[in-house]
Amino acid sequence: MIDLNRENLRGNTRLKSNPLKTCLGGLELGNPTALASGILSYSPESLQRIAEAGAGAVVTKSIGVTPRMGYPNPTVVQANCGIINAMGLPNPGIAEYASEITFTKTVTKVPLIVSVYGYSAEEYAEVAKTATEAGAEAVELNVSCPHVKETGSEIGQNPRLLTQVVRQVKAATTKPVIVKLSPNVTDIVELARAATKAGADALTAVNTVRAIAIDAETALPILSNTRGGLSGPAIKPIALRAVYDIYEQVDTPIFGCGGVTTWQDAVEFLLAGASAVQIGTAIATQDPAVFQTVNRGIQAYLKKKKFRSVKEIVGQAKRK
Amino acid sequence: MSDKLNANNTIRTTRIESVKTENPTTKTYTFTDPRCAKAKPGQFLMLWIPHIDEIPLSIMNTTGNAVSVTVKNVGDATKHLHTLKRGDTIGVRGPFGNHFTQQEGNILLIAGGTGTAPLLYLAKQLAVTAKRLSFIIGAKTRNELLFLNQLEPLCTEPPTATTEDGTYGLKCLATQPLEQLLAEKGATQLDMVYTCGPEHMTRQVFNLTEKHGVPLEASLERLMRCGIGICGSCMIGKYRVCKDGPVFNSQRLRQVKDELGISKLGFDGNRIPA
Repeated sequence: MIDLNRENLRGNTRLKSNPLKTCLGGLELGNPTALASGILSYSPESLQRIAEAGAGAVVTKSIGVTPRMGYPNPTVVQANCGIINAMGLPNPGIAEYASEITFTKTVTKVPLIVSVYGYSAEEYAEVAKTATEAGAEAVELNVSCPHVKETGSEIGQNPRLLTQVVRQVKAATTKPVIVKLSPNVTDIVELARAATKAGADALTAVNTVRAIAIDAETALPILSNTRGGLSGPAIKPIALRAVYDIYEQVDTPIFGCGGVTTWQDAVEFLLAGASAVQIGTAIATQDPAVFQTVNRGIQAYLKKKKFRSVKEIVGQAKRK
Repeated sequence: MSDKLNANNTIRTTRIESVKTENPTTKTYTFTDPRCAKAKPGQFLMLWIPHIDEIPLSIMNTTGNAVSVTVKNVGDATKHLHTLKRGDTIGVRGPFGNHFTQQEGNILLIAGGTGTAPLLYLAKQLAVTAKRLSFIIGAKTRNELLFLNQLEPLCTEPPTATTEDGTYGLKCLATQPLEQLLAEKGATQLDMVYTCGPEHMTRQVFNLTEKHGVPLEASLERLMRCGIGICGSCMIGKYRVCKDGPVFNSQRLRQVKDELGISKLGFDGNRIPA
């Protein structure tokens, strides 16, 4: 069994024999697992810990032009087989966060992907430009946050707005641009196609599924924001279907995201057409060690099925 | 998702069974919650005040299925909580986090303000096993010294009380008698120090125990949202106070000493003074 951490730090030249190595949208990953946005990603120390635990890449919290405090608690509520959250995009703003990006690059060697949100195409572009200049290897556009008005999914559900945002960001940076799609749409392939046409280098499918939790005793919605986004095992089949649909019809590499908890989940996403997966909610139950557990499982699967590389299984489940 | 996390993290509504006024700014609330009643000293719960907020609180005591928390009125959420009465509905999830280890031998507990609450719970357990149990308790003024009557029978000698204004006990900070004690007795006569209180006090306690080579466990506090180790709001160094903590031992405190009592993350993730 290879030591994932050491393998990650060796650099590309030594990764040739690493069966877990993958790439998407111009990003080289030592293994096909990344930290999903919004999870444990305020501080460089936290991102460093996740990278050292074996993640092939890390995605930060969503960063905007100006600081945001987020919503009051409750911001997270347990559901059956998942978690509903409405954090409200708390973040320090890109001016402050730029130095954190630069510092993070000094303590972690895995690709750093900065998640970006804005209230206009110009804002997305401004944050993306500053983030990549500060050292981010790529940006992931949050056009799918389901609980903040006038940003997130309000952009990502509209092909015209989505096109504008992706185009402006592409013009503002030379680094890979990943578009994180919302599952709260009638046809996710239409949005995947719009993002691709506008120049997206990769897609992340999917963000959380719009949801609510109500307390019977008090007859109240529990989240302070009333509605939130569901993550965790409950949404895995939905996310898997989204990846399958997009892979079938769009030629852009995909980060599978939604409920990945075990190596079997990760393999299913790869078979559905994802080049890599993102993991978030599973950290609540398994701690950052989940990255190593999942990677070891994928590697054992490849060996058992006699595949030399994780790349060989991407999209294998597609019906011919 | 493991059943245990699922079950502990699921919000349970319950009614307040009793409210005890400890002093003009502090009240103790007791309610029934079988899950939190299994908490070990040092663990915390998330308490939902419907319409208002959800806040982390240390567990002060458990008896049967009853759980008690001690709350000082320090902000909007606690101000509203202080208006709640017996029979009012609250929500609870937890218990969360790690807990104090139960050491034997010569033990010293040092508490500041409402930090006395989790240490009282711990003292009840340690009283059974410790060879010698000493307690230093500090507050700004006399009526903020909590649980003195309950602590006294648990300890080997009467607790040392300090107040900043000199209205009771010694007129000094709680760390002053600790400094004297460590200078006199040192590592040879103290097997473990436990602390909970304002973070500048915790920092001072850490510095003193380090200087004298005595192991320490300190309960820390940070802004919290999820309580289950995923949102990252409560980071100190690489650790999550909600999941890796709230109890930090000397070895981990060394790793976070650049932040301890100095800085923390604010609501927007910016670093602000602790």
